[in-house]
Amino acid sequence: MSADVPRSGGRPAIVEIRGACKTYDTGTQALANVDLDVQQGELLTLVGPSGCGKSTLLSLIAGLSSPTRGHVRWWGTDYAQTGGAGRSIAFVFQSPTLMPWARVTTNVRLPLDLAGIPRSAADDAVAKALARVHLTRFGDHLPRQLSGGMQMRASIARALVTEPDLLLMDEPFGALDEFTRQRLDAELLALWSAQRMTIVFVTHSIHEAVFLSSRVAVMGAHPGRMLDAWSIDAPFPRDDSFRVSREFAEHARRLSACVASAGDELPNGGAQ
Amino acid sequence: MTVRVQRQRLLRVLAPLAVAIVALAVWQAAVEIWKIPPYIIPSPVRVAQTLATDRTLLLNSLGVTMQIAVTALALSTVLGVAIALVFVQSRLIEMSLFPYAILLQVTPIVAIAPLIIIWVHDTRIALILCATVVAIFPVISNTTLGLRSVDAGLINLFRLSRANRWQTLWRLRVPSALPYFFGGLRIASGLALIGAVVAEFVAGTGGQGAGLAYQILLAGIQLNIPRLFAALALIALAGVAMFAATVALSRIALSRWHESEMRHDA
Repeated sequence: MSADVPRSGGRPAIVEIRGACKTYDTGTQALANVDLDVQQGELLTLVGPSGCGKSTLLSLIAGLSSPTRGHVRWWGTDYAQTGGAGRSIAFVFQSPTLMPWARVTTNVRLPLDLAGIPRSAADDAVAKALARVHLTRFGDHLPRQLSGGMQMRASIARALVTEPDLLLMDEPFGALDEFTRQRLDAELLALWSAQRMTIVFVTHSIHEAVFLSSRVAVMGAHPGRMLDAWSIDAPFPRDDSFRVSREFAEHARRLSACVASAGDELPNGGAQ
Repeated sequence: MTVRVQRQRLLRVLAPLAVAIVALAVWQAAVEIWKIPPYIIPSPVRVAQTLATDRTLLLNSLGVTMQIAVTALALSTVLGVAIALVFVQSRLIEMSLFPYAILLQVTPIVAIAPLIIIWVHDTRIALILCATVVAIFPVISNTTLGLRSVDAGLINLFRLSRANRWQTLWRLRVPSALPYFFGGLRIASGLALIGAVVAEFVAGTGGQGAGLAYQILLAGIQLNIPRLFAALALIALAGVAMFAATVALSRIALSRWHESEMRHDA
């Protein structure tokens, strides 16, 4: 299958990755020659088996690490140096990553505090962010007093509080039970529709990818590379009926086939 | 709170207390049955009597020893945390200096104490310095470890938020280090008292500023064994009190969020 380079289709690309390779000090090649555009306003999921470099790619997009070869540009500039001219990127990690000693409000306010935003303005933003993730009544709780799903919501509120131009999520719901995950998926879609922000979402769940994406990018492993990418045109808002639709099943099947066909080429896929 | 939890808490106090009572009773009985003279082993009652009659002398000495130990603990806390903060600024600094901290730790205080006592004119300051040398290492090593043991995700979050060095230190590293720091402080509290007593043994200062170690030394020479036991009991009690104080401090600071200090019956 040809790696159809996921270029922007008319809409402006806010992140542009060209020929990105990432080799770790241990010699592991995590990414080989990846091209990717993140388009304004899309919900792009990066999906693939473990070891396909999707988390590595996300940390490149976040500017948390830089590619060994190739380049990443944000809004046409080098975000790491220019700070993106007032643009902001927020990150939601695999685990909630809350400060255990601080109340939910303090945790959510953290990015604003670090940016030196005055307390009164920050408090309004925190209240708004907590309301968006339905945690208004839990602001005074400590992280340990919340369930796993609620901790993740607090983590999302912290990411939303700066009204980021780009929201990056690294398998945020991977550790949650299926019921909570589906509910949070639906809530995330509602948020995305309401805010019209740009989200890049990493997952290894085919169903989660199909349910959420406006566009899906499929990655293969050993080394991590882009296999294919396509738009999922089912209209938003999507609900549970989408999960059992024919369209959903077709996209899921295409996605599985894409990963499976790449898996056959693995040097250690059984042949050796 | 359930009845079971209440009973558990009561037991935590009563069980060791029962052990103490039984042990003291056996001790008293043994001394009386075998008519052991008080200059070999005094009975608990005799020790208590001595404690009462010599209370002015002994409490004065307890005050001196406690003052030295508590000052040394405070000093090693301040210095130890400061040194740890310097260590975490760069790996190079830590690599260059940490061996010397270890050197300080492994050299027995009885070997260094005479030097310090010669160099520092004021004996009390010399004793405080000796006790500080003994107590400071766990504060340095635990706090350094704590300042480095920060959740990697939170570090990335601070980086993404473009936090400066000071913000990362104050808002992330310091709170993360607190449980480690209190672990070090707990060990240091015992060491500070040991250091104070050992240094005083070496210095052997008498007169007005005599601490409990001097009373033990003197009572030993005079074969005033009941007083020796009384002084010993006071040192042990002082050690327990200092330990309990650091435990209470740690509980106040951490009980809200850290597993080690959480009350599971809350």
